[in-house]
Amino acid sequence: MTDVLTATPARALDTLEVLEAEAIHIIREVVAEFERPVLLFSGGKDSVVVLHLAAKAFWPGRVPFPVLHVDTGHNFPEVLAFRDDTVERLGLRLEVALVQEYLDDGRLQERPDGTRNPLQTQPLLDAIAAGRHDAVFGGARRDEDKARAKERIISLRDEFGQWDPRNQRPELWSLYNGRHTPGQHVRAFPISNWTELDVWSYIEREGIELPPLYYAHEREVFRRDGMWRAVGEVSPPRPDEPVELRTVRYRTVGDMSCTGAVESDAADVTAVVREVAQSTLTERGATRADDRISEAAMEDRKKDGYF
Amino acid sequence: MSDTITAPSTLFRFATAGSVDDGKSTLVGRLLHDSKAILADQLEAVARTSAERGFGAGTGFDFALLTDGLRAEREQGITIDVAYRYFSTGARSFILADCPGHVQYTRNMVTGATTADAVVVLIDARKGVLEQTRRHLSVVALLRVPHVIVAVNKIDLLGYDRGAFEQVAAEVRRVTGELGLDGVHVLPVSALEGDNIVERSANTAWYDGPALLELLESLPSHDELDTEYDPFRLSVQLVLRPQGGFAPDVADDPQRAETFRDYRAFAGRIGSGRVRVGDRVTVFPSGIETAVTGIDQAGASLDEAVAPQSVALRLADEIDAARGAVIAAAGTLPEARREFEAELFQLDPRPLAPGTRVLVKHGTTTVQGLVASIDAKRDLDTLEHVPATSLEVNDIGRATIRVAADLPLEPYGENRHAGSFLVIHPSDGRTLAAGITEQ
Ligand SMILES: Nc1nc2c(ncn2[C@@H]2O[C@H](COP(=O)(O)OP(=O)(O)OP(=O)(O)O)[C@@H](O)[C@H]2O)c(=O)[nH]1
Ligand SMILES: [Mg+2]
Repeated sequence: MTDVLTATPARALDTLEVLEAEAIHIIREVVAEFERPVLLFSGGKDSVVVLHLAAKAFWPGRVPFPVLHVDTGHNFPEVLAFRDDTVERLGLRLEVALVQEYLDDGRLQERPDGTRNPLQTQPLLDAIAAGRHDAVFGGARRDEDKARAKERIISLRDEFGQWDPRNQRPELWSLYNGRHTPGQHVRAFPISNWTELDVWSYIEREGIELPPLYYAHEREVFRRDGMWRAVGEVSPPRPDEPVELRTVRYRTVGDMSCTGAVESDAADVTAVVREVAQSTLTERGATRADDRISEAAMEDRKKDGYF
Repeated sequence: MSDTITAPSTLFRFATAGSVDDGKSTLVGRLLHDSKAILADQLEAVARTSAERGFGAGTGFDFALLTDGLRAEREQGITIDVAYRYFSTGARSFILADCPGHVQYTRNMVTGATTADAVVVLIDARKGVLEQTRRHLSVVALLRVPHVIVAVNKIDLLGYDRGAFEQVAAEVRRVTGELGLDGVHVLPVSALEGDNIVERSANTAWYDGPALLELLESLPSHDELDTEYDPFRLSVQLVLRPQGGFAPDVADDPQRAETFRDYRAFAGRIGSGRVRVGDRVTVFPSGIETAVTGIDQAGASLDEAVAPQSVALRLADEIDAARGAVIAAAGTLPEARREFEAELFQLDPRPLAPGTRVLVKHGTTTVQGLVASIDAKRDLDTLEHVPATSLEVNDIGRATIRVAADLPLEPYGENRHAGSFLVIHPSDGRTLAAGITEQ
């Protein structure tokens, strides 16, 4: 025993190393215990990081599950291109659920405010059922929102995809209990404990590629609800909203019609890490019009089966 | 500036505990606010809601709203489930679990405490140690949370009176002494006013100890305490055999792919200790001894790895091992057991009685089990074991459990991972109880 006691202490793992180890452990647990997992992959930074972690978890093999994209039809073209490149590079199967199809055949109606984020729930649940997926990986983080701050890492959904925040299973140590009855599934959030800054620091450390709109670039934008909105087919400016050329970047990517850009000259990952560390607004507060509607917007959507 | 941002920080997890309304969420909100972890839009939302509810006669700020994120919580002014919040101060990143105090949600408090490096137990200075305070302190003691901090709160309502604090502190010391908790830190705070939260307060000039945040920044985490001396353990999650195809960096290089053709490694997270290439290990359940020939972490080969890293181990001999196997430092595994005594935290409303068929999840295995007997439960006033025939929700008690396959259980006090398990309902899958093994 004495040689152990006198050994030089190993360097303590740093925060990112511990978070990475936790995430890989979760991903492996889910793959080991579930039949048909799938990863929600939008090309957004959080899902890119989860996919990167999955690739590390199973190296030198390939990621042993497909990815699913719920496509609002309101996409940034560069994000779609990034999605397709990534899937191809990693040799993954891509499942796509199209919100547009639901609008076309009347199963869903366009909302008066034009945003399609809340419309993703039904296509998502149908895609989970069609793929018979019993576990769905997501890139949600608890620091994003008050309701997300309450969710378990392995979170049970009933047959209707609903989350019951008042009746969650206890989650003890790192013993995840994902047992479920037919029809139920779980959502698994490997980066629950990461902050926006952790995600960016990890992207920097690992040299992870992202869609270019996360970095400062010039874009035609107009001001709405206190945010810069991109000029695009699905999000035209109104006559009283003058279009300007600004240097902006995105902190989140989602439905193009309601995701705002922030003014920034952070053109590379190091600059973004610095900017995020000094930010005075949360990423959702700064960039998501739909989350500003009410204090409980996210909780209500999650109860219905949203990500 | 960029130096301080990218400088590696270490992670510290802590949870709040204590009786309902003793000020846990307020303390958390205050801590986040005073350590500048609250951003402008969050602050604005809380100020708006505080004003709408007439908190503090219009001028106040209800800090609890920063963590009570569910609609039902805000409407009732209580915490129902754990809220996880994050902040960092220079050298440390904190994961903070704000737990509910209400007895009905004890299971959620246990959830927050199992992973904690420290628990901050709040006590309302006017009320002293309540039944729920005792319950939480017992949970913390039994779970061997490395550090216990007792914050005697609402000291502002007692005019920052030293005598009042000393009285509660003495009561706390008596109770924690009975529980066998040592090294407990007791400090006077006002969560609402911010006294002794981030900085030492002039209002309590008679108190010469550290502020809460100073303590949290200086205490060593569970992993910092343990990795050095604990024997190596890794529960195998799955065996990596890249038959379904190689990762792109391997596949694109035919020569490299050839060297990985027979790759076989045991993937898992190091539960305790450290491992080096060349180390002798014993594999449970076969009992075969072999050597570690490689430690892989996604393309990188490591010379050594420590808890809690996730790695893949290559072994010298072809060993028949699958998910559920445990790889341990040679000769350190205790005898496997089919029947054992354990302390159970009953979390489900359905009582647990002898004869109940259950599943037991331990490490990376789940096996059939049977509650052979309920031996005792703890009286929360004395914390002594008293006779019992079943465990009701929120009871902590002792049971004997029989399992259908060998489990490499170890005393929880010696090894958190190897000594903890879940008791699961075999058909609906709910977690019935959290269990820890005793000596
Ligand atoms: N005067 C004073 N009031 C406080 C202090 N801390 C909390 N309070 C008040 O006590 C009440 C309960 O506070 P919470 O923070 O919600 O209590 P809690 O412990 O989180 O309650 P649960 O989570 O429901 O168990 C609120 O009205 C707070 O404003 C304090 O230091 N001084
Ligand atoms: Mg509370």
